[in-house]
Amino acid sequence: MSNAPRLTALDALHRSLGATMTDFAGWDMPLRYASERDEHNAVRTKAGLFDLSHMGEITVTGPQAADLLDYALVGNIGGVAVGRARYTMICQENGGILDDLIVYRLGDTESPEYLVVANAGNAQVVLDALTARAEGFAADVRDDRDAYALIAVQGPESPGILKSLTDADLDGLKYYAGLPGTVAGVPALIARTGYTGEDGFELFVEPQYAEKLWQALTEAGAPAGLIPCGLSCRDTLRLEAGMPLYGHELTTALTPFDAGLGRVVKFEKTANGGRFVGREALEAAAEHAGTNPPRKLVGLVAEGRRVPRAGYQVVAGGQVIGEVTSGAPSPTLGKPIAIAYVDAEHAAPGTEGVGVDIRGAHEPYEVVALPFYKRQK
Amino acid sequence: MSNPQQLRYSKEHEWLSTAEDGVSTVGITEHAANALGDVVYVQLPEVGDTVTAGETCGELESTKSVSDLYSPVSGEVVEANQDVVDDPSLVNSAPFEGGWLFKVRVAEEPKDLLSADEYTEFSGS
Repeated sequence: MSNAPRLTALDALHRSLGATMTDFAGWDMPLRYASERDEHNAVRTKAGLFDLSHMGEITVTGPQAADLLDYALVGNIGGVAVGRARYTMICQENGGILDDLIVYRLGDTESPEYLVVANAGNAQVVLDALTARAEGFAADVRDDRDAYALIAVQGPESPGILKSLTDADLDGLKYYAGLPGTVAGVPALIARTGYTGEDGFELFVEPQYAEKLWQALTEAGAPAGLIPCGLSCRDTLRLEAGMPLYGHELTTALTPFDAGLGRVVKFEKTANGGRFVGREALEAAAEHAGTNPPRKLVGLVAEGRRVPRAGYQVVAGGQVIGEVTSGAPSPTLGKPIAIAYVDAEHAAPGTEGVGVDIRGAHEPYEVVALPFYKRQK
Repeated sequence: MSNPQQLRYSKEHEWLSTAEDGVSTVGITEHAANALGDVVYVQLPEVGDTVTAGETCGELESTKSVSDLYSPVSGEVVEANQDVVDDPSLVNSAPFEGGWLFKVRVAEEPKDLLSADEYTEFSGS
């Protein structure tokens, strides 16, 4: 296999827009087009357009598609209605997180079909795990990474922009729902999902239509202030919204309970007699989290201007009490912010005397509850 | 954007002006500013500090990373740009002008700096 980065269907367009490109999980992706702060602010106040074609799509079909997903994932997938989506995780037998996922239920009750969207860097691992776990189920697991380009329009102006290009019932499309439709003459799965903390849509289309859709959204959105946005601002947007990123807040060394996301594990699900991969380890992890809480995921807000980065130590009273998993200057707060795992006794919002070791200097930080930013509805 | 002809350049992407009354101005190039992305924090050497050519004397933080600032020249710092400390985005918007970083009373003229044309070829922009 070649080591050359993979290119999305929009690659030539990004270059014509002068994007700074970066290697991300083996893909050559736009990092930013101009100022990442302007891009961030556009999504918070107007709208931004993203190429997310690196995300890993896997389609699961067959009469036992739901049973397979209930066995392979920690969520209650059989309980997801047609046209709805669910945030969930796939774990190892030992409870360690292999990836976090969004599962969309497509098709109908006669012909079940689910679209599983994995992180780019984990897509092969998820595909392999689903394929292995499908043994004995009347279900088919299909690699659809090359079948889709993924374009997101995010921000408060995004419903108006999309409405001008589709007859689909966007008002009836709830958050974490998806429906097939036509946008700018292009057949698309229209999903009301995102990773920015704003209202917005993700459009799954055939790669051959990606450029046409991108151009139509650019033209329709320009009067409302829509601009193309790269992965750099996507990271600061999700960080402000307190959303975890695999490889930072989530790893195979952590269970969903360690990450404060135990709610995604549905022990009460009944498919397959309640069996699912990781169940025993996760029950133990849930009990441990209830009696003897491990480190907790918290927000940190800087009092100064130096920026905490992933891997920096969190300190209190000269002792290491945690580690930063993500950090960046927050355009919305105007201060550096971080997400960190810290010992439970230092995790309460307002805990005094907490700092981050920034290249040898202990800079003071305020402990806050996540998220840093919540949109007004 | 071209690199101004009257400046000289280091391979660490700093520029140095021709000394006037023994004092030269230091900044980072537009190429470096573009590579960093939005600069959000600048730590500069203080007035009176001695800087040494090729050694770190401060740092620049952008959204994605932190980078060391290298001095292209040896000497004593006589002025630090408070405007850029207050508004680090000047490094991005005017790297060769209002985004200058500090001024040095040059102790020794550096010999290994690049001309504008040489730097353009070195940096590719």
